[in-house]
Amino acid sequence: MRRNVLPGLRLSLGVTLFYVGLIVVLPLAALVFKAASLGPEDYWRIVSSSRALASYRVTVLSALGATIFNLFFGLALAWVLTRYRFPGWRIVDAMVDLPFALPTAVAGIALTALFTTNGWFGSILADFGIKVAYTPLGIMIAMCFTSLPFIVRTVQPVLEDLDPALEEAAQSLGGSDWEIFRKVILPLLTPALLAGVSLSFARSLGEFGAIIFIAGNQPMSTEITALLVFIRLEEYDYQAAAAIASVLLIAAFVMLALTNWMQSRALRYTVRG
Amino acid sequence: MKIRLENVVKTFETFRAVRDVSLEIESGELVALLGPSGSGKTTILRMVAGLEYADGGHIYFGDQDATDIPVRDRGVGFVFQHYALFPHMTVAENIAFGMKVSKVKREKAAIEARVVELLRLVRLEGLGDRFPAQISGGQRQRVALARALSVDPKVLLLDEPFGALDANVRHDLRRWLREIHRELGITTIFVTHDQEEALDLADRVVILKDGHIVQQGTAEDVCRNPQSAFVMKFLGDANVLAAEVRDGKAYASGAAIDVSGMADGKAELYARPADLDWSAQGPGIPASITRVLDRPDGRRVLATTETGEQLEFDVEPERPVKAGEGGFVTLRRAKVFAL
Repeated sequence: MRRNVLPGLRLSLGVTLFYVGLIVVLPLAALVFKAASLGPEDYWRIVSSSRALASYRVTVLSALGATIFNLFFGLALAWVLTRYRFPGWRIVDAMVDLPFALPTAVAGIALTALFTTNGWFGSILADFGIKVAYTPLGIMIAMCFTSLPFIVRTVQPVLEDLDPALEEAAQSLGGSDWEIFRKVILPLLTPALLAGVSLSFARSLGEFGAIIFIAGNQPMSTEITALLVFIRLEEYDYQAAAAIASVLLIAAFVMLALTNWMQSRALRYTVRG
Repeated sequence: MKIRLENVVKTFETFRAVRDVSLEIESGELVALLGPSGSGKTTILRMVAGLEYADGGHIYFGDQDATDIPVRDRGVGFVFQHYALFPHMTVAENIAFGMKVSKVKREKAAIEARVVELLRLVRLEGLGDRFPAQISGGQRQRVALARALSVDPKVLLLDEPFGALDANVRHDLRRWLREIHRELGITTIFVTHDQEEALDLADRVVILKDGHIVQQGTAEDVCRNPQSAFVMKFLGDANVLAAEVRDGKAYASGAAIDVSGMADGKAELYARPADLDWSAQGPGIPASITRVLDRPDGRRVLATTETGEQLEFDVEPERPVKAGEGGFVTLRRAKVFAL
């Protein structure tokens, strides 16, 4: 090993590897092991059952919808928080972290109370014939709530570090506000946006507490995958729970790999050579 | 394009950055705005560009009042101190940006041809596909210049163009910028705090202090006839001696210099290190050498007079002077400013 002037490599590497092994790898390995104890046929039967498939669909589509919504809304929020100072700025900035701090079950109950047909929002929306609670729309809203901070907090520091001279240069060259945003600012924010999107999507896939109150949990329509895993656990069917959970695990891995690849493509220009 | 500033004022919060500045720049002229930090030079440049709006006064481009024209319509090329190249675009894409967003639509082939032409002008042929992170500081500065020139600006504005570069790169780029200016004949204003850069490069040097112009003229004008102690000190190393003016002569530490026409009273005498000399015998200002600094082109001597004033001057490389030696400082020429 090359000699390194920074001290403490052995100790810190040892501690962190031990920690990662104990807290992350071991449970995942147990999950895979449990799922693998089923035969391929049983495994396939469980993960491709129509109830499971319906749960993947509602989970993935809702997570996708929530992430896309947060992509725009989170970017706008980060933009406003970095570019402008207004009365109450500090409060808005602090509120962004609220979904992190709040127990998700509390968020779920609050959202349900708001969006049921006699809640504050729900009653208004009901007049337009829109039903939120106990529909996939409710699942999406709960996911939006819990994953919003990811996009804001990944984009905000990058936006803050953006050299104002870049925009001034683009202006002096005759670029319109929209052209400057699209051709200069957005490409520079892309890596951070992708990081935020992948975290937000992964969080939405796995969200449980906030959703189960508002979703209604009707099998085949508003039952999310995480809940299906939970139900199997309650039935002491550990193998089936592990099998379905492994699908979520694979989905999360594929998604992270994909966004990492997109990020490295978006960051090509930083490579020296 | 001729540029005229008329009583321009700019205040930030409570800080008066620019106070009532009037300035005329002839078409095709290369002008340096020179001053210490906080003198308002960059603010003036940014107001000419339209990156900052003036609080009062007017800025004319030719006969047109440009005071309220936004930067994107003003037709200026601006080169930023730290280049401000778009990091996610290649060198060629950076240069093409202005032509692509322009209201004047150009053919793709025409843009490409112009990029090649500009790359040749700034001597960066073959680097069009590199990203800014992959080229040197001096090369980035040249890309920034090519990008600014791509939109055929009426005026070229440069903010501390060589401030972030090594001394020798700076020297080359300075000469090269002068060549480009001669070739294109575009009205150019640049800001610097480096007096050598301003004197080497500019047709006219405008010296600023605390938001107003204290003196302007050719390099020869401002060097030979500094009109204030500030200009004298700012343009280069200067020795200061307390002096007294009596009957058209200034007396300082035993030296006397002719200042006919100056009113009697207390004054300060300024002399460049090259204006002083050293001899073992009098007459002159009695002093003793405290240190000798050897430099490639001569020896810088630090001496203290009997009255405790510090002097610095240069002698030829062969001169055998050393610390501790006593002798006399003679005065070849000096400037005297009343206190």
